[in-house]
Amino acid sequence: MTVLPADKPLVLGNHTLTSRLIVGTGKYSTLELMQQCLEASGSEVITVAVRRERLLDASGRNILDYIDLKKYTILPNTAGCFNVEDAVRVARLGREILRGLENPGADWVKLEVLADTRTLLPDPVATVEGCRELVADGFQVLCYTSDDPITARRLKQAGATSVMPAGSPIGSGQGILNPNNIRICLEYLKENDPDYPVIVDAGVGTASDVAFAMELGCDGVLLNTAIASAKDPLRMSVAMKSACEAGRHALLAGRIPKKLYATASSPTEGVITRALG
Amino acid sequence: MVPSMQIRVNGESRLVPEHWSVSDLLADLRIESRYCAVERNRRVIPREQHAACGLVADDEIEVVTLVGGG
Repeated sequence: MTVLPADKPLVLGNHTLTSRLIVGTGKYSTLELMQQCLEASGSEVITVAVRRERLLDASGRNILDYIDLKKYTILPNTAGCFNVEDAVRVARLGREILRGLENPGADWVKLEVLADTRTLLPDPVATVEGCRELVADGFQVLCYTSDDPITARRLKQAGATSVMPAGSPIGSGQGILNPNNIRICLEYLKENDPDYPVIVDAGVGTASDVAFAMELGCDGVLLNTAIASAKDPLRMSVAMKSACEAGRHALLAGRIPKKLYATASSPTEGVITRALG
Repeated sequence: MVPSMQIRVNGESRLVPEHWSVSDLLADLRIESRYCAVERNRRVIPREQHAACGLVADDEIEVVTLVGGG
C-alpha cells in the first residue's frame, strides 16, 4: 500500500490536533448516541455549552458522565450570550469547571456574541470587544464570526487564536453560501502567516459542505446539527470524518484549474473515427 | 439553623440560614460540585474557596454546569 507523507497537525494555540473536525454535543436524542457519534467522527475536540444547574432535578444525568475527559479536549462555548459582559462571565464559568476536571480545554473558549435570536448572527463589534477582553484574561479565543473578511481581520488583530467564519447561519444547513468571502478571509488571515488557523463554524448541512470548506483552504470545520439532526447521525458522523479528510487531501493535492472547454483524457491520436466540428 | 436570609440562586429566591457557605448551599441542593462552577454577584468563586466563602443577604448566586452545545 502506498503511504502518503503525514499531514501537518492543526495547531490551535497550544493545542495540537490530528483531526481537523470539531464536533458539538448538542441536540442528540440520547447521550449514548452522542457518545457513539463523537467516537465515529474521529474528533479530538468537542464543544459544550454552559448552563444553569437544574435545581429541582439535580440528580439527573450529566453529559460529563458520557464524555471521556482523558480522550477529548473540551471547547466550551458562550452560546446564548448577547453582550460582552455575559460572554466573559460564561467563558470564566466554563474555565472554572474544566479547571476542576483537569481537562486541557480550561485554557480556551469558543466566543459567540450573538446579535439576535432569529438569525443567530454574530454581533461583530461585541465579538471583537469580547475577544480582546478574554485574551487579556489569559484565554485562547476561538471566535465565531460571520464571513466578513474585515471583521475576520479585526478579530485576528484583537488576538484571536483562530477566526471561525460561518458558512451560513447556525443550524441552517445551507452550507457555504459565499465561498468568495471565505477565500478573502483566508487570504487576509493567512497573509505572511500561512499557518494561522481558520475554521468554518456553522451552517454545514452535509458532507460535501465539509469537503468544500477544506478544499477552499480552511484548516478545519466545526459542526453539530448536521450530524445530530441527520436521519442517521452515526452514519453522518462517519461521512463528515471522511469528507474532512477528503477535502484536506484534495487541497494538498492541488486541484486542476477549471476550463471552459473539454480536454480529452484518452489519446487524440490513433482514433479510427473522424471528429466532428 | 432557621433559614432566615434571602438570596437568589439561579434566578429564584431562596431562604437560607445565616453564615452558610457556598459549600453548604451546594450540599443542600445536592449538586455534584465536581461538575459545577459557582458565581457570586457575577464573580466566579473558585472551588477551593467554596467552603470559606460565606453567603450574605441578597447574594445573587449562579450554579452552572456543562450541557450539550455546538
